[in-house]
Amino acid sequence: MNVELSRRAFLQTTGAGLAGTTLGALGFAEIEAAHAAAIRSFKLANTTETRNTCPYCSVACGIILYSKGDLRKGEQADITHIEGDTDHPTNRGTLCPKGSALLGFVKSPTRLQHPMVRKPGSDKFEPISWEDALGRIARLMKDDRDKNFVARNNDGATVNRWISTGFLAASASTNETAFATYKVVRSAGMLVFDNQARV
Amino acid sequence: MFPPLPNPSTTETAPRFSEKDLIRRSASNVLAPERQLTEVAKLIDVSKCIGCKACQTACIEWNDTHPPVGAFDGAFENPPDLTPDMFTLMRYSEWDNPETNELEWLIRKDGCMHCADPGCLKACPAPGAIVQYSNGIVDFVHENCIGCGYCIKGCPFNIPRISKVDHTAYKCTLCSDRVAVGQGPACAKACPTQAIVFGTKDEMKQHADGRIKDLKSRGYLNAGLYDPPGVGGTHVMYVLHHADQPEIYSGLPKEPRISPLVEAWKGVTKYAGLTVLGVAAGIGLLHHLIMGPNRVTAADEEHAEELTEGDSHGRR
Amino acid sequence: MTNSWTDIRNTDLVVIMGGNAAEAHPCGFKWVTEAKANRGAKLIVIDPRFTRSASVSDLYAPIRQGTDIAFLLGLINYCIQHDKVQWDYVKAFTNATYVVKEGFTYKDGLFSGYDEAKRDYDKSTWDYDIGPDGFAVVDETLQNPRCVWNLLKNHVSVYAPEMVERICGTPTDKFLKVAAMVAETSSPTKAMTSMYALGWTQHSKGSQNIRAMAMLQLVLGNIGIRGGGMNALRGHSNIQGLTDLGLMSNLLPGYLTLPTQKEPDLATYMSTRGFKPLRPNQMSYWQNYKKFFVSFQKSMWGDAATPENDFAYDYLPKLDVPGYDLLRAFELMHQGKMNGYFCQGFNPLQAAPNKKKVIESLSKLKFLVIMDPLDTETGRFWENHGPYNDVDPSQIQTEVYQLPSTCFAEDDGSLVNSGRWLQWHWAGGTPPGEAKRDTWIMAQLYLRLKELYTKEGGAFPDPIVKLNWPYADPGDPKAEELAQEINGRALAKVTDTADPTKVLAEAGKLLPAFAALRDDGSTACGCWIYSGCFNENGNNMARRDTTDPDDAGFYSKWAFSWPANRRILYNRASADLTGKPWDPSRKVIEWDGAKWSGYDVPDIVPTAKPDQVGPFIMNPEGVSRLFTRGMMRDGPFPAHYEPFESPIVNPVAPKVRGNPAARVFKGDMAQFAEAASKEFPYAATSYRLTEHFHFWTKHVIVNAVIQPEFFVEISEQLAAEKGITKGGWVRVWSKRGSVVAKAMVTKRIKPLTCDGKIVHIVGIPLHWGFTGAAKKGFGPNMLTPFVGDANIETPEYKAFLVNIEPAPGPAA
Repeated sequence: MNVELSRRAFLQTTGAGLAGTTLGALGFAEIEAAHAAAIRSFKLANTTETRNTCPYCSVACGIILYSKGDLRKGEQADITHIEGDTDHPTNRGTLCPKGSALLGFVKSPTRLQHPMVRKPGSDKFEPISWEDALGRIARLMKDDRDKNFVARNNDGATVNRWISTGFLAASASTNETAFATYKVVRSAGMLVFDNQARV
Repeated sequence: MFPPLPNPSTTETAPRFSEKDLIRRSASNVLAPERQLTEVAKLIDVSKCIGCKACQTACIEWNDTHPPVGAFDGAFENPPDLTPDMFTLMRYSEWDNPETNELEWLIRKDGCMHCADPGCLKACPAPGAIVQYSNGIVDFVHENCIGCGYCIKGCPFNIPRISKVDHTAYKCTLCSDRVAVGQGPACAKACPTQAIVFGTKDEMKQHADGRIKDLKSRGYLNAGLYDPPGVGGTHVMYVLHHADQPEIYSGLPKEPRISPLVEAWKGVTKYAGLTVLGVAAGIGLLHHLIMGPNRVTAADEEHAEELTEGDSHGRR
Repeated sequence: MTNSWTDIRNTDLVVIMGGNAAEAHPCGFKWVTEAKANRGAKLIVIDPRFTRSASVSDLYAPIRQGTDIAFLLGLINYCIQHDKVQWDYVKAFTNATYVVKEGFTYKDGLFSGYDEAKRDYDKSTWDYDIGPDGFAVVDETLQNPRCVWNLLKNHVSVYAPEMVERICGTPTDKFLKVAAMVAETSSPTKAMTSMYALGWTQHSKGSQNIRAMAMLQLVLGNIGIRGGGMNALRGHSNIQGLTDLGLMSNLLPGYLTLPTQKEPDLATYMSTRGFKPLRPNQMSYWQNYKKFFVSFQKSMWGDAATPENDFAYDYLPKLDVPGYDLLRAFELMHQGKMNGYFCQGFNPLQAAPNKKKVIESLSKLKFLVIMDPLDTETGRFWENHGPYNDVDPSQIQTEVYQLPSTCFAEDDGSLVNSGRWLQWHWAGGTPPGEAKRDTWIMAQLYLRLKELYTKEGGAFPDPIVKLNWPYADPGDPKAEELAQEINGRALAKVTDTADPTKVLAEAGKLLPAFAALRDDGSTACGCWIYSGCFNENGNNMARRDTTDPDDAGFYSKWAFSWPANRRILYNRASADLTGKPWDPSRKVIEWDGAKWSGYDVPDIVPTAKPDQVGPFIMNPEGVSRLFTRGMMRDGPFPAHYEPFESPIVNPVAPKVRGNPAARVFKGDMAQFAEAASKEFPYAATSYRLTEHFHFWTKHVIVNAVIQPEFFVEISEQLAAEKGITKGGWVRVWSKRGSVVAKAMVTKRIKPLTCDGKIVHIVGIPLHWGFTGAAKKGFGPNMLTPFVGDANIETPEYKAFLVNIEPAPGPAA
């Protein structure tokens, strides 16, 4: 490979060093040997396929995740490519500019990886363990609920509501996440509850 | 619906074509291959194109290129030009149709046309840096590329770009690695509206006929296929609503042909290609031929510099 | 969507208005290009901007943002004036023949019963005449001047083509071309589909925009048929599912509603919900409401929900206002009335209107919890990012938790697409770092809260400690377990009501479908409309059979579609009163003399006689509503209202500002520019671009490459007037804030002439912020007004006023 050789350097060396060489001196065979395969080896060979759907818009295109390693065999799985699923009736293997770049979402440098806390007045996030974060959040919830829960309204009617803490649910989480979320939020008596449907 | 491209297989498969199927090799002679592969082609129907750039992102992902994040410069083209990391580019043109007084937003996917008579290959002085398979794919072999930039001079469509990193020329490979295992190019698989379809060249021409008929029924009386004979036809073709004016699609050349000077150079390579010395001498000759003896100026040197050092923003 | 993405292939005419499908839903738009290529279908795009949808259209018509109702009622007027009405359909399947009560009026932009102080209506006159038999009075001859058809005819008559041009800025010749093409689909053998999205919802009269098109589609007979329908494209991958499952302040799953504080017990609650039929023989499916409600309560609280305690009715919180939507939440925060807030995969700092107010509101919280796969701006609202987030962290006392969640690729479960298909997906990758599934996070939080209440007691612990939590690993519920819970289970043996010897489900088994739900506590079901998604046949959402008989586009064995795997809603309306398809080439279902059958699951009981049972089974009338009684806050018909910030005074109702029934919080009205403001002369609108998805893909390097930086779009004329150059910097400001952006100067936006005045449009794409891979940018929500739709409170992002001038770039 002549990666290091710029055109001028290349021309200089050949011009100066080999000017007197005759046509036959550099064997044709040698050039052939230096000629490597132009065609890349197929990068999906021996990867694991998983069926999924695109998380962006609600066309919900079928996609295939290609990974090194197989989650179903209990292995670590590193996704290396994502492509449209031709079997899917809606998208027939196609993907839009967002869907075609989904690997970059999975691998985004700004994916969150660890729980963090920003303390009052601080100008930075600090790492915190899941255990500490969840414990603290549950405590904040309970203290606020106990303090501000409205069991009865001014007319004496039972209303059992909690409106000083609210929950904004997602737009791309699964139905199963949504239902688990619903159960937790509603059983606590929360009314300030919305999702991205309006926005 | 045109039959969609199948999902790739993850089983290791032997490539369906290889060096044995070369019909041309830059600055070299090749033996006539034992078999003739069916010619393939990509058809880009600009009347179905929604300018979404899925072809661009699919191309980046499949080919593992890493174009840098640029800036907005007043237009939709991003990056602003083809680069060594961006093999295909949507080009947008706002055109007032003088006949209807209506605005038309003409959007064209730009990239290598895989010419039957490839100017890049003919201009290339580096043995084996550019190859052509009998299925029509024109591919660059980076190990053999010397980064001289003459492929750009030879290309009637101004497509190849030289990398600043490894100083070799890059362009669309027609996803030769995918085609080799019975797939189509990543852009064609991704294209949401099948504005890009891929198949044999005959199939593509037939499909284009149907599209042209539909366009004529909608009042585009000059709709037609762009498969320019000046370069022997191409393995990337366009369906245009205004095939009589290809230049309104961001400067698609009306009658592209290889410069006669490059054709002249082709004769020289028959000998020069066999020796590196010949390459050096030949480049001098080509340079002379293309630029003309009286116009070798500082600007010319700068131009060569730009080609080789690879301004990633290219020429605007 | 009433239909599905794959059904669009069957259409003859696509109208994209209030959306931009080619850019926002490219792979769904494929079916538009297929209909064009294979059926000769035509595409009309009506939009303030010549979009990428318009670039492949057969006809583009410009319109001023916020005037869609005038255009659509203009189309209805055209159809009536030119007798382009599918009469048999209108007479049989709509309430055209129903007679409206005396006292209902519409004058000077207001319907009868308006109370200006409350900005609300007394809707008692907005109803039918009810006869002595308890049924609505109808006039089959359409002669009664008070029948819905005549009221409609009169109501739309003001929207003549000239008035449409005056309000919308659409040249009359363009409007008439659109009208002629649309009107042709009144033929029983022609179909038109409406593809719309947030271009219609994000207005202070968003719901009425959609109603206006639905009414037009009914007049044309295009609802229930292949290639027709009202097709809400929907913005996000599971926004349909989250809404179906009731994750909104006033909803229970399956479009049941939360009780209000005026409904102290189940009997009172039920008294306004189990609608009796308004015409003979009608199904009025909400008569089953109690079955759905009780089954939901059993799913929530299991054995703690008993007939004796009204099935734990008191465990549900009771509403005192119509809803605690996003805008009200931030208003309450802003007033200092909220202490805690959770954002699960939602980035309100970027997504909510009037960013300055949002920052002030979040700064007043005691704690904020972010659960997200990405580093959102909301999680960093307290961090200084120069002009992009100009705050002083030391002055903000909010405690913020940023919890990393998995993304789609690391999670199993189902999403509901816009065509109501519930599709299962499987995890394929190991989550990064310590990221956790949302189900795990919610379970872990719940178990800690439960433990605190069990140990310490506190305010009404019962609904928390008695919550049904039946998972094998309570700390990590599996997606399949939750999906089965949503589908529902028999708690005791369930038998067929008509034939008690026929067992529908043995105790403990998954329910086959919602027909098996009971109101006696013998069934539990999380969301009735999803019942059947995961039954004893297995996970139907994971089905991958691509069979599609006759290429009709139904794919009935692919995944599961709610309700009851039905692919086209109101499909009974695809056939005439004898049960024969209006168009034999477009058959959905057909009556064979004894039952309905065909490609799809019929809406109605398969043995329901075609001349008796109407197709619109959720309405007690059995027909659809051109006049919607008291169902909408702002009127039984749509009427043209200007946006709250408008470049002209309302030409049809000069005294009315904005939508008269829209809620406006104190303080926000003062932050609206006046109509025809000289200070803010330009009509702005915000939108997505095809290269990005909301505020997510700026975190994706490749998408940042193809659209790297914030810009605004203006016409060549406005650029020349203001001395703005292509790619040059501009400042854009509204009464609420200011942004700096680069300018796109384009022929695709043209000045419009409205009510004799030149109206310039400023387009503002929304994708940039201060986190991620793309260049930092402001986005439109520094500028947008804090007001929502009168019915559902979707903010008015699509129409507001700004000013613009050339400017130096942003200060570093």
